[in-house]
Amino acid sequence: MENRTDKNSYTILFAIAMVLVVGAVLAYAAESLKPTIDENKRIEKQQNILYAMGVNENDASSANFVSTNKVAAEFAKYITKQLVIEGDKVTENDQAYLIDVKKEQAGVKDGKVRKLPLFIGEKDGKTFYIAPIMGKGLWDAIWAYVALDENMVVQGAYFDHKGETPGLGANIKQRFFMDDFIGEHLLDESADFKGITVAKGNADPKNNDKMDNEVDAIAGSTITGDGVSAMIKSDLKLYLPYFKNLKNN
Amino acid sequence: MGLLSKKDSKLILDPLADNNPITIQVLGICSALAITAELKASIVMSISVLFVLGIGNVVISLMRNIIPSKIRIIVQLVVVAALVIIVDLVLKAFAYELSKTLSVFVGLIITNCIIMGRFEAFALANGPWRSFLDGIGNAAGYGLILIIVGFFRELLGSGTLLGFPVLGNPIPGELSGLYALGYENNGFMLLSPMALIVVGIIIWIQRTRNTALIEDH
Repeated sequence: MENRTDKNSYTILFAIAMVLVVGAVLAYAAESLKPTIDENKRIEKQQNILYAMGVNENDASSANFVSTNKVAAEFAKYITKQLVIEGDKVTENDQAYLIDVKKEQAGVKDGKVRKLPLFIGEKDGKTFYIAPIMGKGLWDAIWAYVALDENMVVQGAYFDHKGETPGLGANIKQRFFMDDFIGEHLLDESADFKGITVAKGNADPKNNDKMDNEVDAIAGSTITGDGVSAMIKSDLKLYLPYFKNLKNN
Repeated sequence: MGLLSKKDSKLILDPLADNNPITIQVLGICSALAITAELKASIVMSISVLFVLGIGNVVISLMRNIIPSKIRIIVQLVVVAALVIIVDLVLKAFAYELSKTLSVFVGLIITNCIIMGRFEAFALANGPWRSFLDGIGNAAGYGLILIIVGFFRELLGSGTLLGFPVLGNPIPGELSGLYALGYENNGFMLLSPMALIVVGIIIWIQRTRNTALIEDH
């Protein structure tokens, strides 16, 4: 009895049985919870989009989404159109917000035409064009929803990240950083695309100069900030033809 | 404690004070530093560890006579990992916002030395009921410290508790409460090093009150 559990054959059989049992339990748990988790992610996307166009429950200093039980109704109320831009083709698709930006970015490498989702929202007689963008921070993915007007002036932005350093890079989702983008221009004086740079020492920490294509960086998060600048430059630029078209029509 | 014998209640009460996993055994420090900037995260982390350690101890204890001794650490690791994945999935499904705050730290419960320590030191040698009590006791001792640290860090660092402002309104121009008197939040409290200092103060107080706890060097 003493040595029964020491035999190699027993050890191997035990390991196999254990893996099968644990694997089955985990697979069952993952499958049965998957719909709820996916639903949470879907709701979060709607909340992010609404947040960018200013539909949120912000108090003085913190960022708060519309509550999860109201989000579906608010989304239907404020988001009037969802577009998918594929090259020159613009189609309407009310599932556009489910497009996986990361997958579309990766698809470009295989020569696919990237599907660019764009959400059009109406609030208080104003039209917002909300674009999802995605890039790399220091540790992992960072992404944002940026609300623009027809001149590509930022009206609101929501930033989020997967694993930036708490207290440093993670602060891109704080109001003091996100709110700095409001009013910033993406185009320069001659209407060419310039982007917005997260700049150190731009001599405008209070962000009074909205024409400088710069916002003040967060101390100690240079690489996350560079990631923000880069994703704005690369991803929002793709929407430029759409906005040019908008002006010409 | 009519429900439990004296010996059993000792299993729960000891880790709360004189044999606390954090302040006496100095285990699980990593997560105590990482997630205690907010009280809410501390509480959820404590509940998650309570669940993992309570159930894990029982599972290991039930299997203690059939676990091959050569791979016992691997078996323990698989049990913890499975339980942690379940906790992670449940949080993602029913407390999504919170699961984002805790992010990697839930996964890191796997590496929390308290859990493997209790499996190895207690559950492998004791029956399921006593192992369950031991697991609950140690997780509670861990949670207690986490909550104390989280309480002070959130209060002094952000001026809030569970997200509610308790010291007044710190917004310039609308100052109220303590802030109107010139009080300011200490942003340093939100960084990990201050958690270490708070834990250090708890250790200091505890050993001053009970000098038997002081190690000889």
